[in-house]
Amino acid sequence: MSLEFAATVAERGFEVRLTVGAGETVAVLGPNGAGKSTLLNLIAGLLRPDTGEAVLGERTLFSLGAGGRRSWSPPHQRGVSMLAQEALLFPHLTAAENVAFGPRSKGVAGGAARTLAETWLDRVDAAALADRKPAQLSGGQAQRVAVARALASDPSLLLLDEPMAALDVSAAPALRRTLREVLADRAALIVTHDVLDAYTLADRVIVLQGGRVVDQGPTRAVLDSPTTPFTAGLAGLNLLTGIAVDAESVRTDSGHVVRVRPTEAFGSGARVGVAVRPVSVSVTGEDPGAPGEGMNALSVTVTDLEPRGDLVRVRGDELSADLPPAALAALDLAPGSRVWFVFARSETAAYPL
Amino acid sequence: MSRATASYSGVPRWIVAVAVIGAAFVVLPLAAMVVRVNWAEFIPLITSPASVDALWLSLRTSVISTALCILLGVPMAIVLARTSFWGQKVLRSLVLLPLVLPPVVGGIALLYTFGRRGLLGQSVEVLGVTIAFSTTAVVLAQTFVALPFLVLSLEGALRTVGTRYEAVAATLGARPTTVLRRVTLPLVLPALVSGAVLSFARALGEFGATLTFAGSLQGVTRTLPLEIYLQRETDPDAAVALSLVLVAVAVVVVALAHQAGESEGLRFWRRRSA
Repeated sequence: MSLEFAATVAERGFEVRLTVGAGETVAVLGPNGAGKSTLLNLIAGLLRPDTGEAVLGERTLFSLGAGGRRSWSPPHQRGVSMLAQEALLFPHLTAAENVAFGPRSKGVAGGAARTLAETWLDRVDAAALADRKPAQLSGGQAQRVAVARALASDPSLLLLDEPMAALDVSAAPALRRTLREVLADRAALIVTHDVLDAYTLADRVIVLQGGRVVDQGPTRAVLDSPTTPFTAGLAGLNLLTGIAVDAESVRTDSGHVVRVRPTEAFGSGARVGVAVRPVSVSVTGEDPGAPGEGMNALSVTVTDLEPRGDLVRVRGDELSADLPPAALAALDLAPGSRVWFVFARSETAAYPL
Repeated sequence: MSRATASYSGVPRWIVAVAVIGAAFVVLPLAAMVVRVNWAEFIPLITSPASVDALWLSLRTSVISTALCILLGVPMAIVLARTSFWGQKVLRSLVLLPLVLPPVVGGIALLYTFGRRGLLGQSVEVLGVTIAFSTTAVVLAQTFVALPFLVLSLEGALRTVGTRYEAVAATLGARPTTVLRRVTLPLVLPALVSGAVLSFARALGEFGATLTFAGSLQGVTRTLPLEIYLQRETDPDAAVALSLVLVAVAVVVVALAHQAGESEGLRFWRRRSA
């Protein structure tokens, strides 16, 4: 079933219009406070918008126009289940009773609901946990049971609110695999901070910022050619923006001219985004002079150094470079140092914004 | 078993000294009373017809009052904890007023509501029912003073549990009544039990409102506290013996409340916060 959604919440500066196709999984990305939770709560019926309309399949979730007929259906009539960061299993019920809760609420008889619960627990590899109480489950196990519970109520749309965020790193991959299986042919909206979730689970991504959709499209297109600093940051890319000088060079907003490799054609004068991986950027302390053909050298002031695993991210004004600690020590870098960031034309991806 | 770990507590000695004085202040009178019990006559004293009548009446009315408290208090707590409306704070203060009101004042208020010439009394009278100075009056007086205990403890628990489980239940397709029955009430069951036990204890000890509104008629409105007060004049030994019975009942009640606190729900919350 597909979702057509448009709503505004004046108090939170929220104004979003989106669709989720039948069987499509859409990832919602955005910084904290972008309105991701508001979006899910509006769809689930836990929050009431000021205006807007949402239709899920044949069912109108709400229709709150300025005039005309106003309708708003309560959460239990929407056929939308929600999976949150925490599993929120009912603590007084066993895993199987938790999973059977949805079917039981819809009038399925006890025995049949139990069978249904066991089927779903089996599908998420949690059959052995059926008779345990939530307090006896690990975080990963509980979230697995929560997935089964959300699906056992046979929702038309599944909402996932950072379902992996509260799990420890070792439990996340197994749940991600489970989700990939169950989301395959299901309309779902997944809020996440993790691009890996977007890449592995979503057909399409929507980027929210300040209560608006700022970017959307197929996952790869959006993440490989980011148009906002936030999306670029998520995708682990540097994003330079500027105006095209010709078909292969761009004057960035801070005035550097860089030679670029277009992934999509643009003419001079066009507004262009240039993506560069931080690992493709090297740092030198001495003026490289006129760099060779196909190379770019930008003079920058180091603003910040941040250790990230076995590399250190060196932030400049509009670019970052990832360096091994040894290279960093050799350069004797500190915030305020003047250095040159060097990267090859072939390592860039430029596209019109 | 758990005194092995000597972690630094930083409690000043004078605090401990004052605490000991406070504890003595509570425990000493009880001991003084136990010392005065006429053990030889104890059984006859507490099994005299007047005593048995009073004890039986007290237990009966307190149980009914507790049931009424649950019946009325659960919806009140839910409305106070889960909804917001204009004047809610004022309403909460008014509903909890019997906690701080002198019981005699409560009795007078009830008299002017349900009494023969009271606000509702006249309409009830038409139906051939007289409430004032009947066992019904005892129940009403006890419910009036005990209700806030249940509302207060349940409302607190409802706020602590929060609405997240209820939201999940609703998105799974459960209508509000199903959510209440299968999620909300089981989650706050420990608080409901301890609130009910507190209400029962308060009802059992009710004196002022009962005397004012229901009077003191043996077997009809003379509850155990009234009986003790009356016996104190004529037969102090009986008063002391009956007091001890009330102390015993109170101890059982406190133990039950403690048990409820240790029940599954609370253990769950404790584990979560640990």
